[in-house]
Amino acid sequence: MSLTELEAEVSPPGEEPTQAIQGRTPWQLAWARLRQDKVAIASAVVIVLIVLMAIFAPVLTHWFGTDPQLTNTNTGLDADGLPVGPSADHLLGTDQLGRDIFSRAVFGARISLEVGLLSTFFATVVGVTIGLLAGYFSGWADAAISRVLEIVLSFPYLIVALVAAATIGPSETMEIVVISSFSFAAMARIVRGQVISIKAREFVEAARSLGASRLRIMAIDILPNLLAPVIVLATLLIPQAIVTESTLTFLGAGVDIRIPSWGGMLNESTQYYRVAWWYLFVPSAFLLITTLAFNLLGDGVRDALDPRSERVLAKAGKAEKQPRSSGRWRLPGAPERQAMGK
Amino acid sequence: MFRFLVRRVLLGILTLWLVSTSVFVLAYWVPADPARAIAGQRATLAQVNAVRKALGLDDPLTVQYGRYMGHLLKFDLGTSYVNGQVGVWTLIRGTLPTTMWLVFGAGILWLSFGIVTGVLSATKARSLFDRGATVFVLIGISIPPAVLALTLTYVMFFQLRTHGVALFDVGPPGSFFADPKLFLSRMILPWIGLAYLITATYTRLTRSSMLEVLGEDYIRTARAKGLPERRVVYRHGLRAALTPVITQFGVDIGYLIGGTLVTESVFGLNGFGFLIVHSLFIGDTPTIIGCTIFVALFIVVANLIVDLLYSVLDPRVRVT
Repeated sequence: MSLTELEAEVSPPGEEPTQAIQGRTPWQLAWARLRQDKVAIASAVVIVLIVLMAIFAPVLTHWFGTDPQLTNTNTGLDADGLPVGPSADHLLGTDQLGRDIFSRAVFGARISLEVGLLSTFFATVVGVTIGLLAGYFSGWADAAISRVLEIVLSFPYLIVALVAAATIGPSETMEIVVISSFSFAAMARIVRGQVISIKAREFVEAARSLGASRLRIMAIDILPNLLAPVIVLATLLIPQAIVTESTLTFLGAGVDIRIPSWGGMLNESTQYYRVAWWYLFVPSAFLLITTLAFNLLGDGVRDALDPRSERVLAKAGKAEKQPRSSGRWRLPGAPERQAMGK
Repeated sequence: MFRFLVRRVLLGILTLWLVSTSVFVLAYWVPADPARAIAGQRATLAQVNAVRKALGLDDPLTVQYGRYMGHLLKFDLGTSYVNGQVGVWTLIRGTLPTTMWLVFGAGILWLSFGIVTGVLSATKARSLFDRGATVFVLIGISIPPAVLALTLTYVMFFQLRTHGVALFDVGPPGSFFADPKLFLSRMILPWIGLAYLITATYTRLTRSSMLEVLGEDYIRTARAKGLPERRVVYRHGLRAALTPVITQFGVDIGYLIGGTLVTESVFGLNGFGFLIVHSLFIGDTPTIIGCTIFVALFIVVANLIVDLLYSVLDPRVRVT
């Protein structure tokens, strides 16, 4: 039985259509809760706008700016050869080469979103698979995987990323590989914990007694029930990946500095922000708005999907008796391992 | 308990081995020729080859790996390619005081601030303060370190200075005991910046831990026997609620000793994180490897201590 079949519990016998109570799936309930959450909806709108901005970057820069690589020697630099501030020619000013900062920031969204979304996607696929296997097959497989995850979680990954960038050469692909190969572990641990508790439930036992294969139980019975925590964690992994990307590029170990990216703009702005504040604040604002929107949306999605979470109880004024850990999808007791590179 | 300890130590050694091996693989895959870097651009081929031979870079990779591991076992991190052949350990040791000052100073800030905001928002849940704290905390979680550090430098250092208030400075802080005024003027901004990035975790942790503890029966008992609320919250509640906060603190300190790359780079502190970034920039492979292993060692030890501490502080956690 999957989550979507739960509606059978509330749907009426069907004889009296006038009296019928509309059955709602947990997903519909969650969606209804999410729609009530103004902050989450506003964040989602912001994210959609940023995604659209990244997709239509060539159009936007054609209308409101110049090519991001173009050095505007006439309009982009003042008489002293310094960047010019926001003006009609250049909406958000120019940088030290006279390149249009609006255009570079718009194109920079592509790098951040690509790295954020792709690395989260890979981390999720790998993390869910590994967590599912570890949780379902307890015993030596679980023990081995758990040890591996522990090691991955205590790896100084930012430094490994820097070393990789210095030797293999920095690139977007490298960033995605490094970020996803270290962030999958958090996903895998949480999925593993969920699987262990789900597989003890009656419906899994029922499926097994009906002769379902292990693969079928994992894919049909357990996997759909993992969707909620996985969605929540994935939404929160995206801003982390975006921050890591910008940090790597800022330290010179991410994408090539000539390619427009927010981290790269920050890196270059350190030389010029004293004469060109916009150079520092434009990429900063874009970065902060993006990560904030994803984090707020993530919190909203968590509240919507997990009505028993601490935040919801606190909002409802029912914060009396709490379970041991804060969210249900937190590792019980374990201290949170912080991202590095502060 | 003993088995737990043995297992954790073995796991830690395994981690260290994996870290050192992967870094070795990465670092000796260098496209840039280290021998050429040391001998200089104008050296002849013969000179470069002599340097290569002297450093053992012409040996097969397996021999180099064996030698490298042998040195590591003796806690010998090798010598830097540049910096006049200084030992890597000497370089690291030189940077540690600044990083320690930075991390522990910031640690005091984020711990006190996080606990205070956490307790206040737990005891006044849903109040205006609670909401304000939530927003403040969320920005701290979301903001990229580079954005925060650069903004702080721009506003608090550059703008203040151009307006005649030379309160803060940027650069190597030197020693507190030699020149406390200079030291503080250069450390306060990094402290604030680093602390703000991390406070969020502590506010959330204290808040949820506090809410949980305040729902316990013994708190009701304390209230029932007529203790003032302040005493109930701080004496009975906070003490129990602090266990996860303290363990988290241990983990964070361990991770940050090698993790303050951005803060140190932006504020120009000559600490450990700066050493890492700088060595990468100039291609000083032995220093990078040494630093990475040192960081891994710190993390492994911090994790071990925290796991032990957690089981001591909280009898409900059983270690097996």
